[in-house]
Amino acid sequence: MTPMARHSTKSTNKTVQNSRDPALSRNLTIALAGNANVGKSVVFNHLTGSSQIIGNWPGKTVERAQGMLNFEGRKIVVVDLPGIYSFSTFSMEEIVSREYIAFEHPDAVINVLDASVLERNLFFTIQLIEMEVPLVVCLNQVDVAKQKGITVDVKKLEQALGVPVVSTVAIRGEGIYELTKTAVKVAENKSQNERPCLKYGIEVEERIEKLAQAIKSENVASGYPPRWIAIKLLENDPEIKKSMSSKSEKIVRESEVLAEEISRMHKEQCFAVIASERYALANGIAADVQKQTITKTTLSERLDWIATHRVFGYVTSTGVIVGLLLWTFTIGGLLSSLLSNALSFLQPVNPAFNGSLVGILWNGIFGGLVAGITLVIPYVVPFYLMLAMIEDSGILTRVAFMMDSAMHKIGLHGKALIPLILGYGCNVPAIRACRIMETKRERLLAAFAITFAPCAARTILILGLVAAFVGAGWALALYAIDIAIIFVLGRIALKIIPGQSTGLIMEMHSFKIPSFSVITKQTWARTKSLIYIVFPTYIAGSVLVQILYAVGVLKPMSDALSPLTVTWLGLPAITGILLILGVVRKEFILLASVAVFGSTNLALFLTPVQLITLALVGILYIPCLSTIAVLAKEFGWRTAAAISAANFATALIVGGITFRLLSLVL
Amino acid sequence: MSSKSTEDYLKAIQTLYRNGKLVSTTEIAEHFKIAPASVTEMLKKLAKKGYVKYSPYRGVHLTNKGIQVAEKVTRKHRLLERFLYDVLRIGKDKVHLQACEMEHALSDEAEESLCRFLNHPDKCPDDEKIIPACSLPFSSCEECVEMHRKGLEEVGKRGQNLVSIYSLKEGDQGNVSFIRGEHKVLQRLLDMGLTPGTNVNIMRVAPLKGPIEVGVRGAKVALGQDIASNVFVNCPQKHKQSR
Repeated sequence: MTPMARHSTKSTNKTVQNSRDPALSRNLTIALAGNANVGKSVVFNHLTGSSQIIGNWPGKTVERAQGMLNFEGRKIVVVDLPGIYSFSTFSMEEIVSREYIAFEHPDAVINVLDASVLERNLFFTIQLIEMEVPLVVCLNQVDVAKQKGITVDVKKLEQALGVPVVSTVAIRGEGIYELTKTAVKVAENKSQNERPCLKYGIEVEERIEKLAQAIKSENVASGYPPRWIAIKLLENDPEIKKSMSSKSEKIVRESEVLAEEISRMHKEQCFAVIASERYALANGIAADVQKQTITKTTLSERLDWIATHRVFGYVTSTGVIVGLLLWTFTIGGLLSSLLSNALSFLQPVNPAFNGSLVGILWNGIFGGLVAGITLVIPYVVPFYLMLAMIEDSGILTRVAFMMDSAMHKIGLHGKALIPLILGYGCNVPAIRACRIMETKRERLLAAFAITFAPCAARTILILGLVAAFVGAGWALALYAIDIAIIFVLGRIALKIIPGQSTGLIMEMHSFKIPSFSVITKQTWARTKSLIYIVFPTYIAGSVLVQILYAVGVLKPMSDALSPLTVTWLGLPAITGILLILGVVRKEFILLASVAVFGSTNLALFLTPVQLITLALVGILYIPCLSTIAVLAKEFGWRTAAAISAANFATALIVGGITFRLLSLVL
Repeated sequence: MSSKSTEDYLKAIQTLYRNGKLVSTTEIAEHFKIAPASVTEMLKKLAKKGYVKYSPYRGVHLTNKGIQVAEKVTRKHRLLERFLYDVLRIGKDKVHLQACEMEHALSDEAEESLCRFLNHPDKCPDDEKIIPACSLPFSSCEECVEMHRKGLEEVGKRGQNLVSIYSLKEGDQGNVSFIRGEHKVLQRLLDMGLTPGTNVNIMRVAPLKGPIEVGVRGAKVALGQDIASNVFVNCPQKHKQSR
């Protein structure tokens, strides 16, 4: 690999680089940037050996991830930035990436490209070059491109861009070593980074330069390169405009005049002129460096034909949505009973217990541990396995495509289905994934819907209370009610929550054959993080029940709640305490009822109607503590409180009605 | 750009032009109450800039470019008259002179806003003359008002034979002509490669008012109904079929 392809292309080049000396003792920082779903996370995992979640759908890296790499004696910090198409619109990911690159000054940026969609990817590369960062281009997925009959001339691309280019097949680790070597080289000599200036059309270019000069002479660039600021001002970027107007009104006014000139000349708004010309640049480069031969239809395209077909598409989509639930439901139930049989000798939980403190603690810890192993692990592992497979294949975007019109009924578009499906597993990551939605309102609507999604904990409740003691049919009915509630409340929320919704704009990536190692790694990473949260809370919670029981405060607490539990919901008074504990984690309702009633056969203590009502109220009445916390983090405490209140009200209304109706039937 | 006197001249020539007869220098001189010599001077300048066609001793008429400017000024003039009369309650006899002074200072943007503000009037108050239509690419005044109410913008150019990509069938192709939408959506679409002039092909159309999948610049992008129906393409094949 030639170090820093230096350029003879005629250019009025200026080496504007931050002049920090590459001290050898210092850790290098290398950032990964690029379009959504081009394989940044795959490269990241290869470099750092960590297991950042990978998914074949755009937007799963919402926050930047960090990892360490030891490369030939050097310590390198690797940063995985969220995938974006441009630095221009104001989605959260774009701002995260752009500020990171401008202000944290990574020593090198690896721009990962999807070789099979070169032109579109180069549109972003050009913007990185405009940011004047020390750059290495990683031409990834050359194998996928080859299947599509596309070959890219790496040397030519290097020349056109003026930055080193390494071609890789990241999923198989091909080219990663060379990529790292090149990136380190670039990071170490970043001051000599010199490249041809990619120029816009003359009318635009003249004005960019004029404005950049003005910015330079006023000295108001604030971390970003002047030329980049000039382009952004001409594009009317609201963020940059705001920050500039506080520094120099004159520059902003001048940019407006220049933009007006451009738009008058082209009879087109200035931001559109710039986007068009940037694409013309990308198109020119792509046409120059790639060769396209005609090939036969790939497997991916044939699968795509089925997955988006007007009939089969719905079949596959429903298959994914329902299949994932059923799979979890059946395999989970099977594993759970196997495990609890195997561990039955370990069930010494005796709640009518008045022993020493040590005894209480021991009992609690034991109960918690057993509950975790028999209730959570069997459901979560199969779910995460299947989810990883679904995510990795790329079918999720097709489901989103097919279900778009249905999601419109609750004010969301198809993409919202992706976090909703993640919500089957656990609401917390699902609510974070809502950031793939464009507007705040859509994020809020999606998050609200997710707080009702049948997560693993709710599945456990439904299985443990209803499927086990009433019947599988009733358990499925509860799922149906839950989904109906999501729909009805979604419509109500749509009326209440103000703001705008955008429509669906989503890239549909090629199908991939899920890789075994990715799936297992991913499942393990997710299970591990759940174990860290679940087991301590279980054990602590279980100990708490024991202590409360021993101290004797359970009865007064549940008595205080009896107007709700006994009168309105028709449940035994003691369930009040279950619901209080269930706030921490929903499975506690099941776990604690075993402790409170002193038997695993709950049918002895609760009628079928009570079991169903308890499960229904249990799944609806409040998002668990972790979910409330993530809601507060994403939307603020007031919103989190409002959503929780809505959940509580829904549970009371639905629970009360169900109790009365079921009493007539059962 | 056209200065005040240019605009005044073009307007005058348009007013004096009747039944295909050229407007003579004398007529214009009388209109402005100035010497014919200075009129000749000015007409030569205007002819050079392509606003008028000037034949010495016979007279002038406006070129297409000249007509456009004249219409624009007349439109601004009459809109201002309406504004002065309807909103500021200035007497009918006074609005004309006042508007003559203001018309040159009114920007196109202000003109558009004024038109919407006055509920797109069609006649001026003093002599009931028709206000010339705006040059904006809307099919009706309602469309203009609606777009501004929703804060929509557009990029690209409207033209003949445009169809929304949402009305195309699977396998159809087209060339993006113009896109309408909120700024954020437009920017996103441009970033994804749907710039005016780009070729797109329709890969999939989901049933039940679902989204469509379009191939653009080697990538596949799904667009929801509301977005897709605001993306318009020139679709020659489609056009031939409909004939």
